[in-house]
Amino acid sequence: MDCLKESKPISGPKDGKDIVVPQGIIMSTVETVLNWCRSRSFWPLTFGLACCAIEMMAAGDARYDIARFGSEVFRPSPRQCDLMIVAGTVTKKMQPLVLRLYEQMAEPKYVMAMGSCAISGGPFKDSYSVVQGADTFLPVDIYVPGCPPRPEALFYGLLQLRKKVANPKAFAEQYKEKLENYGKNY
Amino acid sequence: MDIFLVWVDIFRNWLTGGIGIPTLAAEIFIKIILVLIVIIFVLCNLIVLVWLERKFSAFYAMRLGPNRLGPAGFFQLPVDIVKCWGKEDTIPEAVDLPVFKIASICSFITAIMAWAVIPLGKGLVLEDLNIGIFYFIAIGSTGTIAFIMAGFGSNNKYSLLGGMRTAAQMISYEIPMAFSLLGVIMLAGSLNLSDINEAQKNVWFVFPQIIAFLCYFISSIAEPNRGPLDLSEGEQELVAGYFLEYSGIRYALFMVAEYTHLVAVSAIAAIMFLGGWNPLFGLTFIPGFVWMMLKIYFMIFLFMWVRWTFPRVRIESLMHFGWKVLIPVSLLNILLTGVGYYVFQAITG
Repeated sequence: MDCLKESKPISGPKDGKDIVVPQGIIMSTVETVLNWCRSRSFWPLTFGLACCAIEMMAAGDARYDIARFGSEVFRPSPRQCDLMIVAGTVTKKMQPLVLRLYEQMAEPKYVMAMGSCAISGGPFKDSYSVVQGADTFLPVDIYVPGCPPRPEALFYGLLQLRKKVANPKAFAEQYKEKLENYGKNY
Repeated sequence: MDIFLVWVDIFRNWLTGGIGIPTLAAEIFIKIILVLIVIIFVLCNLIVLVWLERKFSAFYAMRLGPNRLGPAGFFQLPVDIVKCWGKEDTIPEAVDLPVFKIASICSFITAIMAWAVIPLGKGLVLEDLNIGIFYFIAIGSTGTIAFIMAGFGSNNKYSLLGGMRTAAQMISYEIPMAFSLLGVIMLAGSLNLSDINEAQKNVWFVFPQIIAFLCYFISSIAEPNRGPLDLSEGEQELVAGYFLEYSGIRYALFMVAEYTHLVAVSAIAAIMFLGGWNPLFGLTFIPGFVWMMLKIYFMIFLFMWVRWTFPRVRIESLMHFGWKVLIPVSLLNILLTGVGYYVFQAITG
């Protein structure tokens, strides 16, 4: 709740001039509030593909405890969850099922590619049976590298995704350069 | 505790005397407001309950639980609910539309209707029915219809299985629940919840009716479909059970109904067995309402303890236990109570 602590100039709706909001007053739109709430309660889909899923389960355990961030509600039904953690190798046989699970999820939905296999195929780069990254068929929001990533890395990805969801415009601004140059170096 | 009743009286006098509204209209108006107050009270309980549930589950798993939003993660549930509001309301093509749509509302309504007769203190009750406990059992059974509606309406094989399981489970565990309450009713000699409360002035019914209390406790775990008897929800075989196809706020309503049911069942346990608003150790300076809430939350603590400690049982073990153990035991309890009551009367004259 940083917005409570300091007065912030925000741009006015009509003439574009800055309005100074006094301390302690929250001005917001419905969309902002919804986005803020969405970013604080990701319910992941109970769904794992390979060894990264073991790390995902470890993230829910006593040592790491994903519940601290309110994400311990792993919903078994795709209708009720917000976040799909593609944890593991997506084989060509599994790909249509993963896609169907994604399509069954209710909007707004987010995808996290966890581990090298889900990012780019990883160690199975030239395999005949492995899909080369989840982003070939899903709109991936965030990539968590590692083989497999530790639970801390998963949390870091979750917190980055939280920033992205809570403030999509600022996030786009921050990574503008990277987004524009995406894919040019290859 | 009587302060609530005094306020209602002042308000009634102001409506009829001060403004001059006809008595009947004033009564109806007051009733509507009281119903709203009860619903808000139940929903406020719910926020505390879900927070407690998440914290307890964390405690039993040696975790921390939600601790980022608000003090000790207290505001996690409000945020979750707002998120559920903002989620898409998915309605699959194959569903039976009207049934699918009203099922979640039905489950909430049947859960909240039980609150019409549950007193939270002396006179703090919407309608002091003379057959209060009978009404509670009857309304509890109608909740089954909502679950079957959700299961059938979703037109999904897992939902259907979940709905049928819920129906089978709820109907089989209604019987030992009613039988175990019958022992208490025999001792109190009344079906009115306030009268049953008054009858426990000297001794709580949990002591003479310990078998009934255990039967009631076990069957009231199965009644609102809570773990370890939440087979209708069994993730390992049924994905999510009857609310599999529901998303967003419709799914949240099912959860609300489950917790409302839990509070109602705990309140009935507190009234029937733990002496309701009768104070412990003669500490009469603490209001009855506070005692009642303490007892309700003690029961809820027991329910959560059981839920997060025991593994889920299999469906046929559940049915065998219900029909072959609980029902004979609760019937035996009725016999023992009757004989004991007769002997007691014969001795004391």
